[in-house]
Amino acid sequence: MFESFFENKKSWLSSEGPDSDIVISTRIRLARNIEGYPFPNRATLAQKNQVFLKVGEAYPKIEHLDSAFFLPMESIDDLDRQFLLERHLISQEHMHYPRGKGLILSRSEVVSIMINEEDHLRMQVIVSGFDLVKAWRIINKIDDEISTYLLFSFSPEIGYLTSCPTNVGTGLRASCMLHLPALVMTKRVDKILELLAKLSFTTRGLFGEGTQALGNFFQISNQVSLGMSEEEIMDSLAGVVKQVKEQELNARENLLKRYLPTLEDSVWRAWGILKCCRLISTKEALSHLSMLRLGVDLGIIKEVGKDIINRFFIMIQPAHLQKIEGKVLKEEERDYIRAELIREKLS
Amino acid sequence: MLCDICHKKIATVHLTEIVEGKVMELHICQDCAKNKAEELKQQLNISDFLGGLTLEGEDNKSMSIKCSFCGTTFYDFKKKGRLGCAKCYTHFKSQLLPLIKKIHGSNEHKGKLPKKVEEKVIVDRNLKILKERLERAVKLEAYEDAAKLRDEIRELEKKVRKED
Ligand SMILES: [Zn+2]
Ligand SMILES: [Zn+2]
Repeated sequence: MFESFFENKKSWLSSEGPDSDIVISTRIRLARNIEGYPFPNRATLAQKNQVFLKVGEAYPKIEHLDSAFFLPMESIDDLDRQFLLERHLISQEHMHYPRGKGLILSRSEVVSIMINEEDHLRMQVIVSGFDLVKAWRIINKIDDEISTYLLFSFSPEIGYLTSCPTNVGTGLRASCMLHLPALVMTKRVDKILELLAKLSFTTRGLFGEGTQALGNFFQISNQVSLGMSEEEIMDSLAGVVKQVKEQELNARENLLKRYLPTLEDSVWRAWGILKCCRLISTKEALSHLSMLRLGVDLGIIKEVGKDIINRFFIMIQPAHLQKIEGKVLKEEERDYIRAELIREKLS
Repeated sequence: MLCDICHKKIATVHLTEIVEGKVMELHICQDCAKNKAEELKQQLNISDFLGGLTLEGEDNKSMSIKCSFCGTTFYDFKKKGRLGCAKCYTHFKSQLLPLIKKIHGSNEHKGKLPKKVEEKVIVDRNLKILKERLERAVKLEAYEDAAKLRDEIRELEKKVRKED
């Protein structure tokens, strides 16, 4: 399933859109629940199925979604679920516990709706570059349309009611994914993240578990979802993301001006390893790809395009490799195939 | 803010603990929170990790309040950090509102409304906005605007009364 996604040239991986040299992608999700049913953590399997079917009746009437995939999670095999996770289309929880859960996924991968995750609906739009306006336009329209068919749990005082009170109000979480290699190299990233936390923004590393940011990717999101309008939330996020982006640009300039030999050395070494390796783990590949991407951004390396590197970040992940090869691979086998794939594409 | 335990990573988990009768605030990172969670599993529960909440009115009475629709008790919520249904917000209102205020710094929805919502909700919202604007206009001594706004408010209120 989902083989056609490899051909999606316009997905969030395309490295198009505003400021896409630093802001890789923008994502907005809305949490919604349908009136009359307990939230998924309290609902019986039968009630979850009813929610699934109700959503199933509504979605085909909605623009953008009329030709979408509509699937029970249990009908998607382990590998494909992992594949969707690697493409940021579903969450860990949705992948690990598929029973009673469902998914609506547009063919373009721009829109995904998780059914019966923490809330009845977790609607997500993900676009390339720094483009909250575009992402909001799409998701707002879908939300408006779907809410003419489904009655959402809503209180005039505290807004959309969600399973966890941290999402109540707008139910909105907007996030930007940033590539910040220069801030990491110049050891300024911690200070900046510290400041963001004080301003009530959440940051986390993009790949891997916990706070470690593999490949120097960081995701910045709003924490507050109540007391501000959607536009105000997005404006404030846009403000801090812009600040961080400027800081990264400054750090890059600083590196170019003062530490050019060191910078060039790091970039070309990354290039060398990626072009010659025979076994490489995801973790190691991500760190070299990050340097390579920086090298391309700064014009040090001209032999490869940004879109190719962007795709690498996803292609080298375990489920993607196995889908490309068309079979289940053990870890050592993956490291070999990964190295081969990278060499091939870089030559 | 850096983690109080490892002093390396960003503190994203904020805890309030009572140690020997003193209130201690602890700001720690995800990793240290995980370790600490293991360590304190017996004493703490997940909801303590949710925005660092010390819940108001944590007596036995409020713990046993039960949502009549889904059967979730306030104790269940404290333990799991998840509400069972939309009605829980009504049943646990007096416990939840201070908590929500703590998390978001506000108790008032200012975002969009669903398309399928009672007319009254929309009118109330508009009335509220108009009244706020009127107040501001009066403060700024923009009497012409204020007069216009007052008329609009009257008009809207008349409509509401007719519908009732
Ligand atoms: Zn720590
Ligand atoms: Zn309930």
